[in-house]
This record gives sequence, structure tokens and C-alpha cells, in this order.
Amino acid sequence: MTASATAAPPAIELRGIDKRFGPVHANRAVSLSVPAGTIHGIVGENGAGKSTLMSILYGYYQADAGEIWVAGKLTRIDDPGDAIAAGIGMVHQHFMLVDTFTVLENVVLGVEGGALLRGGMDKARAELRRLEREYKLEVNIDAVVGDLSVGLRQRIEILKALYRGANVLILDEPTGVLTPAEADHLFRILRVLKDEGKTAILITHKLREVMAATDNVTVMRRGAVVGTVRTADTNPEQLAEMMVGRKVLLRVERHAATPGRTVLEVENLKVADGQGVERVKGVSFQVRAGEIVGIAGVAGNGQSELIETLAGMRAPAGGRVLLNGREVAAAGRHLSPRALRERKLAHIPEDRLRMGLVAPFAAHDSAILGQQGRSIYNRGLLLDRRAIVAACTEAMRRYDVRPTEPKLASINFSGGNQQKIVLAREIEVDPDLLLVGQPTRGVDIGAIEFIHRRLLQLRDAGKAILLISVELDEILGLADRILVMNEGRVVGELAAAEADENKLGLLMAGIAKAA
Amino acid sequence: MAGGSTRDMPRWADLVLLPALNLASALVVAGAVIAILGENPLKALGLLIYGSLGYGEAVGFTLYYATNFVFTGLAVAVAFHAGLFNIGGEGQAYLGGLGAGLVCLFMGFLPGILVVPLGVLAAALFGAAWAYVPGYLQARRGSHIVITTIMFNFLAAALMTHLMVNVLIKPGQQSPESREFDPGTWMPFVHELAAKAGIVMAKSPLNLSVLLAAAVSAAVWAFLWRTRWGYALRVVGLNETAAVYGGIAPDRVIVGAMALSGALAGLVGVNEIMGVQHRLILNFTGGVGYVGIAVALMGRNHPVGIALAALLFGALYQGGAELSFDMPRLTKEVVVVIQGLVILFCGAFEAMFRPWVAALFRRRAHAAAAA
Amino acid sequence: MGEMLPLVLTMIDATVRVATPLVLAALAGLFSERSGVVDVGLEGKMLGAAFFAAAVASVTGSPWLGLLAAIAAATALAMVHGLACITFNGNQVVSGMALNILMAGLAPTLAFAWFREGGQTPLLGPGQRFAAINLPFADALAQVPVLGEIYGRITGHNVLVYIAALSVPAVAFVIYRTRFGLRLRAVGENPSAVDTAGIFVGALRYRALLCNGVLCGVAGAYLSTAHGAAFVRDMTAGKGYLALAALIFGKWKPVPTLLACLLFAFTDALQARLQGVSVPGIGQVPVQAIQAMPYVLTVLLLAGFVGRAMAPKAIGVPYVKER
Repeated sequence: MTASATAAPPAIELRGIDKRFGPVHANRAVSLSVPAGTIHGIVGENGAGKSTLMSILYGYYQADAGEIWVAGKLTRIDDPGDAIAAGIGMVHQHFMLVDTFTVLENVVLGVEGGALLRGGMDKARAELRRLEREYKLEVNIDAVVGDLSVGLRQRIEILKALYRGANVLILDEPTGVLTPAEADHLFRILRVLKDEGKTAILITHKLREVMAATDNVTVMRRGAVVGTVRTADTNPEQLAEMMVGRKVLLRVERHAATPGRTVLEVENLKVADGQGVERVKGVSFQVRAGEIVGIAGVAGNGQSELIETLAGMRAPAGGRVLLNGREVAAAGRHLSPRALRERKLAHIPEDRLRMGLVAPFAAHDSAILGQQGRSIYNRGLLLDRRAIVAACTEAMRRYDVRPTEPKLASINFSGGNQQKIVLAREIEVDPDLLLVGQPTRGVDIGAIEFIHRRLLQLRDAGKAILLISVELDEILGLADRILVMNEGRVVGELAAAEADENKLGLLMAGIAKAA
Repeated sequence: MAGGSTRDMPRWADLVLLPALNLASALVVAGAVIAILGENPLKALGLLIYGSLGYGEAVGFTLYYATNFVFTGLAVAVAFHAGLFNIGGEGQAYLGGLGAGLVCLFMGFLPGILVVPLGVLAAALFGAAWAYVPGYLQARRGSHIVITTIMFNFLAAALMTHLMVNVLIKPGQQSPESREFDPGTWMPFVHELAAKAGIVMAKSPLNLSVLLAAAVSAAVWAFLWRTRWGYALRVVGLNETAAVYGGIAPDRVIVGAMALSGALAGLVGVNEIMGVQHRLILNFTGGVGYVGIAVALMGRNHPVGIALAALLFGALYQGGAELSFDMPRLTKEVVVVIQGLVILFCGAFEAMFRPWVAALFRRRAHAAAAA
Repeated sequence: MGEMLPLVLTMIDATVRVATPLVLAALAGLFSERSGVVDVGLEGKMLGAAFFAAAVASVTGSPWLGLLAAIAAATALAMVHGLACITFNGNQVVSGMALNILMAGLAPTLAFAWFREGGQTPLLGPGQRFAAINLPFADALAQVPVLGEIYGRITGHNVLVYIAALSVPAVAFVIYRTRFGLRLRAVGENPSAVDTAGIFVGALRYRALLCNGVLCGVAGAYLSTAHGAAFVRDMTAGKGYLALAALIFGKWKPVPTLLACLLFAFTDALQARLQGVSVPGIGQVPVQAIQAMPYVLTVLLLAGFVGRAMAPKAIGVPYVKER
């Protein structure tokens, strides 16, 4: 009789997973082990390789080298079908749902149970009801998906995986689009799953969530595993350091602000989206010259609609906006982006590729977007190409855009350099008010510091800046006054000196109200 | 619709090699069809080349056909750059002819130097008007421009038939044609002008519209790539959200682009009605709108490429007519077959050779780097 | 009432005859478009099918063999369309137009090369076309007033008309009550969802195009071997585009599409009746105005004056795995 413990094999074990995409070494001999019945976090910056790793586990890619072991057995996963057969399910960041189908139809898609739908659907219905109740998912099986909220849709994805017999659930950045309440519901479900013996792998870059929800954490950096620790044994600072590799300078130096006259006045602004749902429900605030006002909040609480309305891209449903004392937007009417630019407004959009640049255009052509009518770029009826290219080269030099090649297509620049091109363009016209959305999303650390420094310089030069960001560190580092948006309203305002992550976190979760 | 990735191969490969490969494929398949029908494809090719470029009259005809294709090719290209697929070139050309014809019929009392520009203007305006409505419907009501422009082609045919049969027909005549225009309103033939300068040229329908086509090509190039309005148009075609962000109104650009596109197609009326027919007739367009699609695709929506592609198709048309004389088993529809194949390979199968060509260049780059 | 009924029945008769190819082609388009592939090539496929049906029927003497040939031809074209759109991610509208133009040239070319009749096929004799069929009890009911007249009009069409009529419920069944139909609808709305469910998006779309080819084949065969008696150059005369318009009018659903086809066919029947007739207040309506009616109706529909049409969400966008 041996005395060795017969522990259950790990739910998932990866040994030496290696993957290249051309010159990019996305996964470097990654090895990690996920014990059964745990919630395991995988954290890392953009480009750390965590999504690639999970894609390999789910069969979207095949690794160049390495092995996958599922529940102690060497398993070959060549496509998602193999992964599903091995008991691995995936909840994607962007939901894979058919809006016109019901929940039932969405779940059975692919496992309908027969060429004719009738029989299979009835059986599925019974099974789904059972699952839904067992895991407390709170989903109406016959609802049409298009009508459901984001949190509900995610639970349908979980239901899909469970219906197919998933024992391991991979969740890819699950809380990016959830409200704090929905995120809590998700974690409760994960705990129920864990109690039932399932395993969950959580890909995220949100250290707070990792601390709150996981049992173990694996940190990845530039394609390799830095280390795996028990969550109870670590803290966010240590994880951040492992993620980035050096002590992260979270704050850029800055002096106190000396705000001047009011540049932007927003009075009870209401904005509805394309479906008529009110997204901004009566927001009021001011931004003065020489200060940075930051709007913090989880994505999807109305910030995008707010900034697009202020930029003239949407019409308000109610309220007023005044720029330099003159009304520029009111219910049903508003100035166009071009008119606003003439009134010294600049807009650095949240999504530079969707809005701020034209991807196939050469950099010098993107650099005149919104400014193509300016006299310095035109000679009579024609565009002055030489002047345009020269101006672009100059701007690239000043903003350290690499490579300094105006003729290169905009899409071929890195995220940080693209952002700098947009920044250069918008700041060039010496605006009074700068609307800035997610300025460092998808931007490397070096460029982040550059951009932050530039924004502070502008503030010191007397510009008014409205900054919208989901990164609390960015808000805390730059803003002089911080507003928190939740569910379309401003739920709190704090001065920089008295703000910290906890207070802001509570406000963002819609819990506390600050005077 | 604009060019593909600029990174996987040098520009010349993207703009010249790939289209050449696609064209070659189309010709190979066409050759196979000809062979199946019992004729010698190489002999057919030879006849095609000789029949289109081998003697003075043929060259004249080729250039005359090419003129039309430049107009419709530019029309399709301008719309493509705005993100729109204008299939209505046929109807817009038809209406353009109506405009030119009306000026010639009713303003013949004016001196030639005034009538001709007026005719050109009328052709452009009528063509623009016919494209304006589908453009407006797309911009304001989201109506799919492909379907509406096709419908408008049929409507143009119905309208023109009604006008020719019931309104503009020369009195006492059976066939639906208008009376002949006064010679002062005609667009001069090139061979006649050349004769006045002492140069002997073969007689052909080639007229001064070819110069108009050249001028318009240059103007379209300058407009699209050297003016702020052309810039705005291209932004709308590539990224509508960025256009709104940049203060450009997509609605207005879409309508404007369609109007411009229709105006360009309408100029076919100048070549055909004012330049050759000298009276209004039915069905003078003969598929020119659809050839324009092929020309724009082959020419990568760039005026230089369009000019070359238009010449190619002009040669095909002229050579094709010769072909059906000398090869009894073939009809002139063989040209339509080739046209369809070109659109298929240059448009629909456009990406077929891309991976192989890109791989070829990558291997050469690696070899060069390793050397 | 006495003179009304025969007139109405004659109109219905004419409508049904004209609607048949429209219905078949529109349902073909339904398969393709619901799966996310735009199909403006209905015209070309019908034309090709019409040619091969008439050609083979003429040579073999059997309209059924002609039908088979028509289906083969249309399906082959549909597969080419699929190759361009699905495998090579080409522009779907361009591909459709290319096939239309190609067949517009190829059909008369082949006709001329093989039959030497100036681009058409030889006239088909009685045994070589689809003949009228009498449904059961036709003779028995013939004497019954009203009912007998009505039934007299329902019977007596050729078999392809009945196939077209049956195809509507058949297609509806496939689309809404089979696994294939569920997946087809899904791939037209969100191909990523289908992909992650482990279903091959490309294979699914090719199967949709297969159904498309078969239906187009029947539509084309009807034109040249049932309704007409030969293939004539350009004999589709825009019916493919009308069918597409009817599909859009019918919001990509089988029964409303059928109604749209009937409506368009009705205007065609109407214009034949109204020729030379004076409408009070306007005088004689020009023939062309009535001929233009289906096109005007379509434009009005597309302009949103007759309600909004929501296309399948993923239509027209080549599916490229986003990895």
C-alpha cells in the first residue's frame, strides 16, 4: 500500500507552448498548470500573449511546439470542436450571438440534435432549464437575444459552454463591458461553478478583479510566463511589477493647476443612442482654462456618447452646451464638428482607428483630417502637397513619431505613434478646449509618458482639457478635478488632492455619493 | 475598394503585376472557350490585335470606343472612391445622350462654338440628374445603390423608348429616331480636322470627344487627389465615421459623388450623339455602362489605369467585330464573354493570385537579406 | 359578375405564368442572401439555365434532360460565385455582375456556334417542352359553376408552375424547421457565432449556393422550355433583377417574397391588358409607363415608402477569421 497522495490531475496543463506569427514571438515556451476546481487568473499587458495562449487552448491556432494536457491526458486540439470535446468552453470578449435568435436557438446552434429541429429543441429546452437553475444564471430561454442586456448576453455564453459539457471555462476579459453589479453576478456564478467542480480561467488586465476573484494568478510578459502565485500571497503592486518588469511610474510629476475662465459649460445634457435609449441622463459640469477635468467610469456608462456629443458628432436630446460662452449645442440642434473646430475645439477620439485616422491613408493625409480646408494646406483650388508633407514631417519630429516617414500608411504605425499623429494634428491648431478620450489605450509605456507629459504641458499653457478614461491611474495622474460617471449620470466630483482609488472605485460602482 | 495592403509587395506589383495576371487568366479562359467552339485561340488573338490596331481605320475605331469607356470607367471609379457601386452608367449615359441631343435639336440656331459646350454641359447635367436620385435615396433613406441604379437603367430605357417613339420621332418616319442635327452642332471628326491641317487619316467615328476624355481624366485625377473635396470624398469611402469626425458630411458627399459619377457617364452622350450619330436614336449605349465597371476594376480606379484599360477594351470591341467576320463560328458576343471574364478575374477573383505573388516577393526579400 | 370572373381569372392566369420564374429565382436568392452572400447574379444564372435547357431539350428531345442540364449549369455558375465570394473573399456584387455579363455573352455565342440560328436555339416541338398538365378531377369539376371555372384555371399549367408553387412551403420548411436552415440564418447574421460553434462557415454558404443554383436552374428552364419554346438572346430581360427586388420587398422571407413576386407579375399582366386603353383624366397611358411600374415600385420600396427592409446583418461582408 503506497503512501503517496493521489491528487487529482490539473484541469489544464500546458507544457512548452511556443507560437510565432511571422517575426512576432507571441508565446515563448509557456508552461503553466491550472488545478481542477479553481479560478485561475492570467494577467499581462496588451501583447503579453495571454489571448494567443487561450486561443491555442481553444483550438483557434495550433502551437508550433508544446503539449496540452487536459485532466491528466495528453490531448490534441486542432480546432474548437476538439476543445469542446475535451470539455473546454470559451466565453469570448465579443459575444458570438445571433441577435435575431432566441436564447434557446443560440445555445443549440451547432448541437441541434438532428436534421429536423423539433425533437432536438424540446430536449434542449429541458436541459437548459436545468442548467439555468443549477448555476443561477437567471436567463429567460425564449427571450430574443437582441433585446437583452450585456450582462445577460454573457451569461448566455456561459450557458452555451455548460450545455456542451464544459468542465473548464475560459473567460476572455469578461468584465470590460459589465457594470459593477453585473461583474459581481458573474463572479458569484464562477464561485457556483467552482463549487460544482468546474474550473475557470480568467484572462484579464484588471488587477483588482484578479485579487477579488481568483485562487491563483499567472503573470505573462512579452510572450513568456513570469511566474505563477497564489492570489492570497500577493498584491496588485507586486503583480503590476511582474507584468511590466520594472517599478511602474504611475504618476508623472505635475504642479498644481491655476484655472482661469470657463471654457466649456455643460448644462443638464441628455443624449440618446441610435435606439432611442437615453445614455447621458442630465449631466452638468464646467471645464476652465488651465485645468484638466477627468471623467472616470467603467466603459459603457455614457462617456462615449458624451464626448461624441461635445465633439459635434451627435445631437443632444436635451440640455445645453456652451463653448467660450456661446451655445454650440441644444436639444435637436448642434454645431457640426467642422464649426466646432473653427471655434477652437479639438477632439482626440477614443478609437483612433475607427475615427481619428484613415487607416489606408498615408500619415500626411491622416494628418490633415478635419483640417483639409485650411489655407496653409491649400493653394487656390488645389491641395498644397508639399506644404502638407512638410508640416507632417515637422510634427512627426516634434512628437517623436517613428518612423519619421509621412508617406507610410497610417495603419503601419504602432498604436503609440498613431496616437501621437492624432495628438499632433489636434494640438496644432492651438485649440482652447481639448476633448480627449482614452488617450493611451493600446499605447506602449514610453508613448504613454510622452502623451501624459504633453497633456500637462497644454494644461500649463492655459488650455482646457476634458479627459475621459477607464484607466483610474491615468485619471488620478492627470486630472485636477475628477467626475465619476455611472449609468449616464455624474455621481460624484472630487478634487485631485482628495481622490484615491477606493473612493473612485466606490463611486464608479454606484455605491457612494460624494458631495 | 481602394488598393490593398501596401506592405506585402512593392507598389508596382500591386498596381501592374496583379492586374496583368488577372487579365491573363481571363484571356486564357476566353481562349479555352474559343477553342471549345472550334476556332484557334491564338489565331483569334492575332486577328483581335490586327483588327484593332493594325490599320488606321481600326485605330480610329478603337480610340472612339475607348473614349466611351474612359467616361464610364471614370464614373464607376469616382463612385467607388466614395464607397458606392454605381451600376447605373448605362442609364446615365442614355440620359446624357438625351441632354446633348435636345441641345442639338433645339439650339441649332446658336453658333457651333456655343452649342458644343452647351451640349457637353447638358449631357453632364442630365447624367448627373439620373444618378442624383439613387444617390439621394442611398444617403437619406439607406436604399441600396446597386439595386436602385439597376432599376434606373430600366427606367431610362422605358423613358427613352417613350420619348423616341411618341415625342421626338421625326415626323413621317417609321423607326424611332429624331431628325438629323444641323451640321453646326456636330462634334468635329478627328479625321476631318486632320484633313484641314493637311494630314491624311483614315475615316473613323473618332471625334474631338477623345480630347474631352483626356481632359476630363486629368481633371478627375486632380479632383480626387489634389483638392479638399476629393479628399473628403475618399475619406467617406474609406471610413465614414472618420469623415464625420473630420467635419465631413457623408450625406452630401454621397450625393455629390453620384452626381459627378452620373455626369461623367453622361458624357458618353457627347461622343455618341453629338460626335457620331448626329441624331437621337434608341439603344446607342450598347452596354457601355457595364464595360465601365470592368474598366474601373482593371484600372484600379485610377485615371491612368482606366485610360489603359479603356484602350484595351476599345481594342477588344473593335477587334472583336473583325473577329466575328473572319471566324464564322464566333459572334460579336465573344467580346462580351471576354468582358465578363475580365470583370470576374479583375474584380471578383482579384485576391486569387495575391497570396502567391506576396509569397514570391517575401522569398526574394528573404533571399536578398540572407545574401 | 359574369364578365368579371373570366377577366379576373385570366389576369390570375397570366400573373401565375409570369410569376413562376420570379418566385423560383427569388427563393434562390433567399438561400444565398440569408447565408450572407449577395446575389445579383440571378439574371445570369437564369439566362444560362434557359439556354442549356433549350439546347439539351432540342438535341435530346426531352425537356426533363433539359431541366437537368439547366440545373447543372446554374449550379456551376453558383459555385463560381461561391469560389469568388467565399474562398477568395471577393466583392460579391462584382462577382454577380460579372456572371451576368459573362452569360449574356456566352449563351448567344454557344447558341450560334452549336445551332447556327443567329444566337437562339431551335424552336421546340410539342414533345420537347413541358406540356400542360391536368390535375385530377379537372373534367369532373369542369361543369360546376364558379368553382369549376376557378379549378379550370388552377389546373392546366405545366409541371414547373406547380413545382414553383410547392417550392414556397418547401423552402419555408427548410429555412425555419431544419438544422440546415437554422445554421443558414445564423451564418447570415453572425458568421463568427457559427464559426465558434464548430461549424464551417464556408461549407455552409456553399450549400446555400447549391440550393440557389438548383432553383435558378428550374427558373431558367421554365422560361425556355415551358413558358417559351426556345432560348432567345436576352430572354430574361431583367427578371433576375426583378426577383432580387421582390426578395428585398419580401424582407427575405419566403411567403412575403411570393406575394411580392405575384405583385410584380401582376403589373406585367396589367400592362398587356392596358395597352391602348384610355384612363380617365390621363388619356392613353404609354406602354412604357406600365412596363416601368415594377421598377418604380421597387425604387419606392427601397426609398422606404413601403416600410423598412432589414437585411441579414452579415450580408455582403466576406467572412475572414479574425484571429
